[in-house]
Amino acid sequence: MHQQLETLYAEALAELEGLTDGQAVRAWESRYLGAKGAVTLILRSIGQIPKEERAAFGKRANEIKEALAEAYAERETLVRQQELARDLEEGAVDVTLPGRTTATGGLHPATQTLRQLYAIWAEMGFQVYRSRDVETDETNFSLLNIPPHHPARDMWDTFYTTTPGVILRTHTSPGQIHAMRDLGQNGTQPIRVILPGMCYRYEQVTARSEMQFHQLEGLAIGRNIRMSDLKGTISAFARRMYGANAAVRYRASYFPFTEPSMEVDVECFLCGGKGCRVCKYAGWIEIAGAGMVHPIVLQNGGYDPTEWSGFAFGMGPERMTMNKHDINDIRYFWQNDLRFLEQF
Amino acid sequence: MRVPVSWLKDYVDITIPVELLAERLTLAGLEVGSIEYLGVPQRHIEGVRWPESRHLVWDREKILLAAIREVKPHPNADRLVLAMVDYGGAELEQCVTGAPNLFDFKGQGPLEQPLWTAWAAEGAEVWDGHSDEPKRMILKEKPLRGIPNRSMVCSEKELGLSDSHEGVIVFFDQPCNQITGQPAAPGTPLQDVLGDIILEVGLTPNLARAYSIYGVAREVAALLGQPLRPPSYDVLMEGAPIEGQVFIEIRDPELNPRFTLALLRDMQIRPAPEWMQWRLMLVGQRPINNIVDVTNYITFEIGQPLHAFDYDKLVARAGGKPPTIITRLPEPGETLNTLDERTRQLEPHNILVCDTAGVLSLGGIIGGAETEIGDDTRNVLLEAANWNFINIRRTMQSQKVQTDAGLRFSRGVHPGQAERGLRRGIELMRRSAGGTVAQGILDAYPLPAPTVVVDLPVREIRRLLGLDFTAELAADILRGLQFEVQINGDTLRVTTPDHRLDIGDNIIGQADLIEEIARIYGYDRIPDTLIADEMPPQWTNVALVREERTRDVLVALGLREQISHRLIAPEREALLVPAGNGPLVQAGYVELANPLAADKTALRHTLLLNLLENARSNARYTARQQVFEIGSVYLKSDGQSLPDEPRRLGILLTGPRRVESWQHDEAAANMDFFDLKGVVEGLLNGLHITGAVYDRAEHPSLHPGRSASLSINGTPIGAFGELHPLVARAFDLPETPVLVAEFDLEALLDQVEDLHKTTALPTTPPVLQDIALVVGEETPAAAVEAAIWKAGGDLLRGVRLFDVYQGDPIPAGHKSLAYSLTYQALDRTLTDTEVAKVQQRIVKACERELSAKLRA
Ligand SMILES: [Zn+2]
Repeated sequence: MHQQLETLYAEALAELEGLTDGQAVRAWESRYLGAKGAVTLILRSIGQIPKEERAAFGKRANEIKEALAEAYAERETLVRQQELARDLEEGAVDVTLPGRTTATGGLHPATQTLRQLYAIWAEMGFQVYRSRDVETDETNFSLLNIPPHHPARDMWDTFYTTTPGVILRTHTSPGQIHAMRDLGQNGTQPIRVILPGMCYRYEQVTARSEMQFHQLEGLAIGRNIRMSDLKGTISAFARRMYGANAAVRYRASYFPFTEPSMEVDVECFLCGGKGCRVCKYAGWIEIAGAGMVHPIVLQNGGYDPTEWSGFAFGMGPERMTMNKHDINDIRYFWQNDLRFLEQF
Repeated sequence: MRVPVSWLKDYVDITIPVELLAERLTLAGLEVGSIEYLGVPQRHIEGVRWPESRHLVWDREKILLAAIREVKPHPNADRLVLAMVDYGGAELEQCVTGAPNLFDFKGQGPLEQPLWTAWAAEGAEVWDGHSDEPKRMILKEKPLRGIPNRSMVCSEKELGLSDSHEGVIVFFDQPCNQITGQPAAPGTPLQDVLGDIILEVGLTPNLARAYSIYGVAREVAALLGQPLRPPSYDVLMEGAPIEGQVFIEIRDPELNPRFTLALLRDMQIRPAPEWMQWRLMLVGQRPINNIVDVTNYITFEIGQPLHAFDYDKLVARAGGKPPTIITRLPEPGETLNTLDERTRQLEPHNILVCDTAGVLSLGGIIGGAETEIGDDTRNVLLEAANWNFINIRRTMQSQKVQTDAGLRFSRGVHPGQAERGLRRGIELMRRSAGGTVAQGILDAYPLPAPTVVVDLPVREIRRLLGLDFTAELAADILRGLQFEVQINGDTLRVTTPDHRLDIGDNIIGQADLIEEIARIYGYDRIPDTLIADEMPPQWTNVALVREERTRDVLVALGLREQISHRLIAPEREALLVPAGNGPLVQAGYVELANPLAADKTALRHTLLLNLLENARSNARYTARQQVFEIGSVYLKSDGQSLPDEPRRLGILLTGPRRVESWQHDEAAANMDFFDLKGVVEGLLNGLHITGAVYDRAEHPSLHPGRSASLSINGTPIGAFGELHPLVARAFDLPETPVLVAEFDLEALLDQVEDLHKTTALPTTPPVLQDIALVVGEETPAAAVEAAIWKAGGDLLRGVRLFDVYQGDPIPAGHKSLAYSLTYQALDRTLTDTEVAKVQQRIVKACERELSAKLRA
C-alpha cells in the first residue's frame, strides 16, 4: 500500500507538470483529489492496512494529499495566467470587419420635423388641432376672405373634385375656421393651437415643387393679441428651432386672411448670412408666412373683431427639413426610397 | 415686373443706394427678387445682402458715348465699313466694323446728323460678341483686312445689354446725360448715359396699384419721405370737338364702370421716339410703332392700359357714319379674331368692346385684328377704360390668354386712372406722330368709384400693433402714400386716393390702414413682445399622443416609417383584389376634376396600394423591407359631399429575416406570417393593449390560409398576413412572401388605456415544468393555451410554446405542442406535490376539452 501510495504521488506530480490548459488541470484535480479521486480512494481504504501501520500511512497519505493540493493550486494559477496571456495575445479579431447589422427602424424625416415643431410650440402653449384634408371651397377660400374668382386665388393652384364646391385643401388655413368654431364657443374663448396637415396644390411634381406637402399652421386668438406678440412669438420659436442667436427678419407680404401680413426669414444657419447655395446667396431663409387674423376671418370664426384679435402663421415642414439636411429634391419625401429614409 | 431705376427717377429722387432701396422695398412688401446691372458697378452696403453680380462694369475711361461722323467704305472688303468715331478726342477714330446697320450710311460723306453710339477704346473689357458662351475679352489692336483697328463700336451683346449682335447701337437723337439731364456730349462715360439698374419686383395681388413704374415710385416716395413728381397730364387739343364723331354705349356698368375715348387725326405712323423704345426694351417690350408703343408705355408707366383703334376702319364698318362703341356681353355664337391670331369662341361672361357691326376686342385684355393700327392708319381712336377685375380674371382664365393689359385689369385698376391714362397717351402720341387732337374727351362713367373714407381711432393702431403712434406720425405716414388725412382729436379721418381700390370700409378699412402704417413705418421697428393675454386652458391631443406612441413602438420593432402620395388611381387599387374576391372597401372615391397625372386621379381607400407600389420600387435595391405608414384614407358615401377621413396603419414586411452579413452562417430564411404576427403582438404589447383575438381572415387581398383578422375585446381592428399570390403577381412583386397589415388606427387606439397596471416582482423561486400535448392538427394553438391557463389556476404564472412538431412518432393528422410552464406562488415556495397536482389538472383538462394526449 505504501508503495502504491508513493507511486501514485510520483505519477500525479509528473502528470500535473505536463498539463498546460485549465480544463485538463481541473480534470486532474477531480481524478486525484475529487470525491472519487485516487488519493481519496486510497485514504478511504485505510481499513485494509494493519492497525499498527495505519497512523503512519494516514499521516503520509494526508501529507501527499496536501502536497498535491498545493501543487494543483500552483499549477492552476500558472495555467490560468498562461491562458489569459494567450487569449490577450492571440484572441484578436480584425476590428475593421463590419459589425453584425441589427435592423433599425426610423421615423420619416417629415415626422421628425413635425415632432420638433409640436414640441417647441407645446412649450409655448400651442396644442395640436387637426382638421380634414378634403374641404369645401367655402372653408378653404371664401370664409378666409378669398371670394370666388378673386385674383388672390391665383396664389393657390387648386385640385377640384368632381363634387362641385369640394376641393383638396390648398393650405391648412381652413383649420383656423374649424378651430375657432370648435374651440371658441361662439367667440368667447381664447385659442392657441397649431394645425398640422397635408395640403395639395395643382402643381407638376418636380425637384422643386410637390403636389402634396405638409403645412403647420398656428393660431392665437385673444382679447389682447398684438402684432408685437406675433413677432415676439415667432422670434422665440426661431431661437428654439435655429439656436439662441438666430436673427429673424419680417417682410411685409400679403395673405387675404391676415392683415398686416408678413413673411418671416431667418438668417441662413448654414452660412451665417454670408450667402450659400441653400439660401440662394441671399443670406436669409424663409421659414413662415404670418399675420394678424383679418377681421372678416375673425367674424367668420364667431369673434367680434372690435374686441378680439389674433395672429396666425404657417410653416412648411418639408422645406425646413430640406434646408436642415441639404436635400435638393423634394420628390424624395413621398417616394419612400429606403435608401433615402435610412439616412434619418 | 422690371423697374429701371433711370425711369423711376423721373418721379422721385432716390436718396439712398439702390441696393438699400431694394432691401427697403422688399421689407415693405414689394419683393425685389433680383437686381440687374447695366454697366454700373454693384455697391456693397453693410447689413444688406445681395448676391454677387457677375455683370460687366463699363470702364468710365474706355467705354464712352460717341458720335459716328462718317461711314466710309472699306478699301479691301465689301462686308466691312470704316466708322469715323468722335469720342471727344482731338481726332476722329477709325473703327473697322461689319455692323449691317451702318451700311445704309456708307459713302455719304460726312453725316449731317451724326449716329450716336457706344464706343470702346483699346484696353476696354467687353463681352465677346462672337462667342456663344458668355466670355469676356480685352480690346487689342488688330488690323482687319489691311486697315489698322484698335477700338470698336459696340453691339448690345458686347455691352451686356441683350443677346443682340445684329448691329451696333445707334441712336439718331442725341441721348441725355442722366446726371445733368442735358444732352450728352461725345466722350461722356457710357455709364452716365445708358448705365442703369433694373429691379425685378414681385407684386402680390394686393399691390395692384404698384403695377407700374409710377406705382412703384409712389411706394419709394413714401418709404424715403421724398416728394413725388407725377407725369404730366397736360394735352394740347386743337382739332374739331370730339362730340358727334363717335359715341359710347355701356350696357353693363358693373362689368365696365368707365369708358373714355379720344380722337387723333392725321397721325404719322413711324417708330416711337428712341428714349421710349429704349425704356420699353428695358421692361421687356418689343417696340412696334409710335401708336402701339405709347399704349404700352402708358401701361408700364402708370398702369392704365390703353387701346388704339383705326378710326377710319370703324367709320367704314358704320357705313360711313360716326361709329358707336358699345360694351356688352356676347350674343350666342359670336367669335372674335384677336391680335394673337386666334379665333375665339366667346363665352357668356366675356365683356366685349363692339361697334354696331360686331365685336372689336375682348374688353381690357386683347384687341381684335380687324381694327388694329397699321402702317397706313391716319386717324386714331384711343380708348382708356375700366373693367371689373373679377370678370377680367375669369375671362383670362377661361380664354387662356395673358396680356400686360389683362394682368393689370385682373388685379384691379382704379377707374380714376382711365382719364389720366388717356390724357397722357394722347399727348405722347401727338408729340411723336404729329396730327391734331379733337377737343375734349368722351367720358362715359356710369358707375363712379365711391370715395372711401375711413375713421381710424389711434388706439386701434396700438391695439393691433402693440406700439403707440401719435396721430401726427400716423397721419404723416398715410399722407406719404397720398391719403388725405384730417386729425380729429384721437381719430384720423382718412380719404383714400383715387388710384387704389384695396382700402375697405369701417373695421376692414381700419385694418387696411393699420397695415399701411406698419409697412411704411417698418415691421422691424415694431417691438417683439411676449403674449400678455390670458393663456387658454391647456389640453392634450390624446389621439395624436397615441398615434405618435404607435410610431415609436413600430420604430423600436425595427420598422421604417413611410409617407406616400394620397392621390392614387382607382384602377391600381382594383388590382388589390383578385377576380372573384369581394370588394376591398365599400365606398365611393373622392375623384379629381382636374387631375395632373394618370396615376393620381382620386384619393386612396387603402394604404395597401402605397405599400405595395413602394415595395416594388424598393425591391430593385433592397431585398429586406420592414415599413409602416400611418395616414388617412378617404371614404365617400352617397349623398355626402365630404368624405370620411379615417386614419389607418399599414405595415409591410418582406425579404430575409436578418440583415445580410459577411457571416454567411447567419443568412436566414425569408420572413413569413409569424414575423408579421410578432410585429403585431409587439405593437399591442408596446401599447399595453390586451384582449386580442386572432381568427382566420377573409380579406380579399390576403392568402386565405396564411392571414388573420385581429379584433380586440370584440372590436374588429383589421387583418394581416401573407399577400395573396395573385395580388403579388399583379403588382409584379418578387417571389419572396410579402406580409401586409392594415388596421383601423382609431379603433386600435381606442383600446389603449392610459393607465396600465404592473405586477409586483415575486421573491419566491419559480418552478419550471415542460409539457407536450398531442392534439388534432386542426386544433388552434390558442385554444390549447387557453385551456392550460384556465386549468392552471393562480399558481400558473407563465405559458410559453417552445415547439410545434408533426411527424413520426406523432400519429398522422396530429401535432405535438410543447409548452414551458412556470409555476409560482407569491407567498411561499411551491412543493413538488403542489406543482404535480396542478400539472395533472392541466393535462386532464386538455384531455377532456381538446382530446389531447400527453406526449410520453
Ligand atoms: Zn446660406
